[in-house]
Formats: sequence, structure tokens, C-alpha cells
Amino acid sequence: MVRGILGKKVGMTQIFDDDGRVIPVTVVEAGPCVVVQRKSIENDGYEAVQIGLVEKRPRRNATMPTQGHFKAAGIPPTRMVAEVPVDDGDESRPGDSVLADIFEADEQVNVVGKSKGRGFQGVMKRYGHAGGRASHGSGWHRKPGSIGQSAWPSKVFKGVKMPGQMGNKRITVKNVKVVKIDTDRNLLFLKGGIPGARNSYIRIVKVRG
Amino acid sequence: MDLVREVSQQYLKSDLPDFRAGDTVKVHVRLKEGEKERIQVFEGLVIARKHGGIAETFTVRKISSGIGVERIFPLHAPSVAKIEVVRMGQVRRAKLYYIRGRRGKATRIKERRRT
Repeated sequence: MVRGILGKKVGMTQIFDDDGRVIPVTVVEAGPCVVVQRKSIENDGYEAVQIGLVEKRPRRNATMPTQGHFKAAGIPPTRMVAEVPVDDGDESRPGDSVLADIFEADEQVNVVGKSKGRGFQGVMKRYGHAGGRASHGSGWHRKPGSIGQSAWPSKVFKGVKMPGQMGNKRITVKNVKVVKIDTDRNLLFLKGGIPGARNSYIRIVKVRG
Repeated sequence: MDLVREVSQQYLKSDLPDFRAGDTVKVHVRLKEGEKERIQVFEGLVIARKHGGIAETFTVRKISSGIGVERIFPLHAPSVAKIEVVRMGQVRRAKLYYIRGRRGKATRIKERRRT
């Protein structure tokens, strides 16, 4: 069986579990997806499938090479394409559909998404530095402060936290619990938050083992 | 967003009485003690209703042996078995937080006429 799926973040809400506790959930429209390409040990050195997310509005801006790639599978081009692992002995072929029912409730998954972009931010917002005091003439408000010593090492170490782009970056959240599945509408209910804005694309893969 | 509202629809209760801030209510709370389940009643003044849809909550305040006690209930939680409106109150505010600073006579609320 295919071990992962592509989806779109719908939004967050909450549901009640059997004990009446409130569980925060992110609703994800997972699929329907379709297998675009099969990766095999003979051809590629590993087993996997490339799947595409089928959306209501078809993709119209595919380049000729992309169109050719999808034509080989006999399906219309999709916007979102990604590779996901498969179980041993998986037999899925291009054109096969992958639906949310590959998951079960209470299962753990890893979720990959692109976080909301926050632009070029300083160290206070980006890394949670404390900054200086606002008043009493401190003259040191939101600056990063010292970034190293003088005589030795006489250079700035790599990885020192400085201002820069925050967000809009690939983020993986591991071991997210699948709370519920709606197979009719291909919806997954994942516990807690996941990266990205509403309608952003995400990739959900089963945790190994 | 609409899809989110739609999926939470099935968890909403349809048999809720109409009540608002200022009303006095009896909330029947389901409690699990080991295997057994029993109902406990919490009676007090509704001082706020917050949020909407599945996330809606309401705050009930009562004076228990001289100490003010407030409980916030999720309106649609299965643990809230039943809500009874004991008395309807006429108030001019949606949130009655000012009640917290008052005691005794000053906390009286005029009764609302059924319309």
C-alpha cells in the first residue's frame, strides 16, 4: 500500500472524544490523489510512487515536459506532485488512485508543509531574544547584541542567530495523531496544528514501524 | 472555512434551551468516577457566552459557602448533559464581569419578561 498522501489544509476546529474531552484538530482534505509515476528498484534503485493531488480546478499552465510526464501516466496534470514511500510488495501503477482511507484512526503520521511566511524579521520575533529595555535611555531596544568576541576568535561563528527570513520554509511535524477519518469526503482530522496557511499543500506520510 | 463548519455540525447539540447572560441556569454535568457515571448539578448565573459554533462556551458563577466559584462549560460538550433555565434576567450587557466585584444586594438582576 502507498504510505502517504498529499492534501490541502482546510482549517482548524475542535471535536469531543469519547471521554468528552476537547481535542483541537486540523482538518485536511487529503486527496483524491493519483499515482503519476512508479519508482522501482530496477529503474531508480528504490521503491516509491510519485503521486499528484487531484483538485476541482484542473491545472492549465503545465509546460510541455510536464504534460509529457503526465501523459505517460494517462492522467491530466496536477499542481502538486510529490513522492511518497510504499509498503513492501506494493503493486500500485500509474493511474491508480490514493485516498484518505490508507490511514486509520489513532495512527501516527509525519506532516510536511510550508510555514506561513513572515518576511525579514529581527531576532526578537525570529528567535525569541529578550532585547533591551524600552525606556530609561537604554538605547538598545530590539538589537541582537554581541555576536562574538574580539581578539579571539576574531570572527563570527557559523550559525549565530541573526535577523533574516522567517517562515515560508519547509517544516516537518513528526508523530501527529490521526484523530478521525471521513472517507466520504476524503478528510483527515489531525491532532493539533500543522504548518502553513489554509489551502496550503501538505504531504502526510505514515510513521515507519 | 465553510467545510470546517460543516464537519463540526454533527457535534452540535440541537436540543439546547435559549439562554443568555443574566439568566440563572442549572447545568447537569456528567461525571465519570471509575466505571460509574453520575450527574452533578451546578446552578448559578450565566455571566458570559463566548465564541461560536462547536467552540462555544458559557461561564456560570455561583457563590458556594461564601466563595465565588465560576465554571466554564463547552456548550456542545457531551459532558454537559442538560441545561435548565431557572430564571431569565434582564441585563444591558453581554458580559457580566462586573458582578465579580459585587456582593449580596448589589448582584441582584431584574427578571426578564418572556417575549
